Amino acid sequence: MDFKGFDAFPGPRTEDQLPHTAQTAVKIVIVGGFGVGKTTMVGSVSEIRPLTTEETMTQAGIGVDDNYGSDSKTATTVAMDFGRISITEKLVLYLFGTPGQERFWFLWNGLFEGALGAVVLVDTRRLEVSFDVMGRLEERGVPFVVAVNTFPDAPRYPVEELRTALDLTPEIPIIDCDVRRRASSKDVLLTLTRFLHSLALSGSLT
Amino acid sequence: MTPPRRKRRQPRHLPPPPPPLPSPAPADGQERPRNPERLYTIAAGADGARAELDLVTLIVARSGPTPSASPEEAAVLRLCIAPLSMAELAAYLQLPFSAMTVLITELIAAELVQARAPIVRQAVPDRSLLEAVMHGLQRL
Ligand SMILES: Nc1nc2c(ncn2[C@@H]2O[C@H](COP(=O)(O)OP(=O)(O)OP(=O)(O)O)[C@@H](O)[C@H]2O)c(=O)[nH]1
Ligand SMILES: [Mg+2]
Repeated sequence: MDFKGFDAFPGPRTEDQLPHTAQTAVKIVIVGGFGVGKTTMVGSVSEIRPLTTEETMTQAGIGVDDNYGSDSKTATTVAMDFGRISITEKLVLYLFGTPGQERFWFLWNGLFEGALGAVVLVDTRRLEVSFDVMGRLEERGVPFVVAVNTFPDAPRYPVEELRTALDLTPEIPIIDCDVRRRASSKDVLLTLTRFLHSLALSGSLT
Repeated sequence: MTPPRRKRRQPRHLPPPPPPLPSPAPADGQERPRNPERLYTIAAGADGARAELDLVTLIVARSGPTPSASPEEAAVLRLCIAPLSMAELAAYLQLPFSAMTVLITELIAAELVQARAPIVRQAVPDRSLLEAVMHGLQRL
């Protein structure tokens, strides 16, 4: 590794520092296929310039995936975008935007464990790219909402047609969004939080 | 035009029971594990201390940089004058997350930094937490 001097690690700008009272942090994960708008969503609501953290997936972690076993002899680096929203002086929310290569999301130990929930961003031109991740979230019991990023040339389906296609139970929210707009991204996060709250009320979040 | 269709999946009850240890195995012994997630969980679970540091665990310095600190350690002690998440630290120090957990585990053992436990490790986020998040988002 290169030698890195004292100044090689500029930290947060002063205005980006958390207050000393910050005690607890929670996280929400944004998933979706290539180019669906995950990075844009993180950026539109984050109070800090979005950052990137990396993890090196080992040969063992990748090699067990039968579909990719042959071409995965080397370690692969996966980068995750994230942003931050201070909720109160004690509580901080982090948003993680997953990379497009869905086969790595679930190998990142601890990414979904402990997450409040997930936003599945879908593009109606390529709905099927989100099928596998929804299934994996269901298997792990990670609650999620579906946000339809409305690209101009994408087909528009009535929400009930989408619900049927995605085989989602009636209580799972499906909402349209334009994640380039802060208000719209905020709405998606509020929808998820209200949904989680309703699950907590009904006692089905275990 | 109709959209493609998906089939919902059921929650799996994780974790599965540990596999029985080497019984008279097939002669070649080369069979591949069937379930990648499970294998990974076992590997990570072998190192308890590491597994406890989440991406959003907040780290705070208990001391300024010490003379014997490496450049990375000194940077952590300097940056963590205010609380910083593990994810932010890894980003600022340009270290892979797992390397960051090793570094922080050592600094915790040396009592140079303190980890503020994330609520996320609890199984169920409580209602008052979710209400706080809701109100915070509404103010955005
Ligand atoms: N029209 C429209 N364009 C969008 C929207 N969201 C994102 N885009 C554009 O789509 C492109 C891809 O957005 P990103 O946020 O980089 O997508 P991503 O999901 O992070 O992509 P990967 O990380 O490469 O998988 C960018 O050019 C965005 O400006 C949206 O809501 N509406
Ligand atoms: Mg991106």
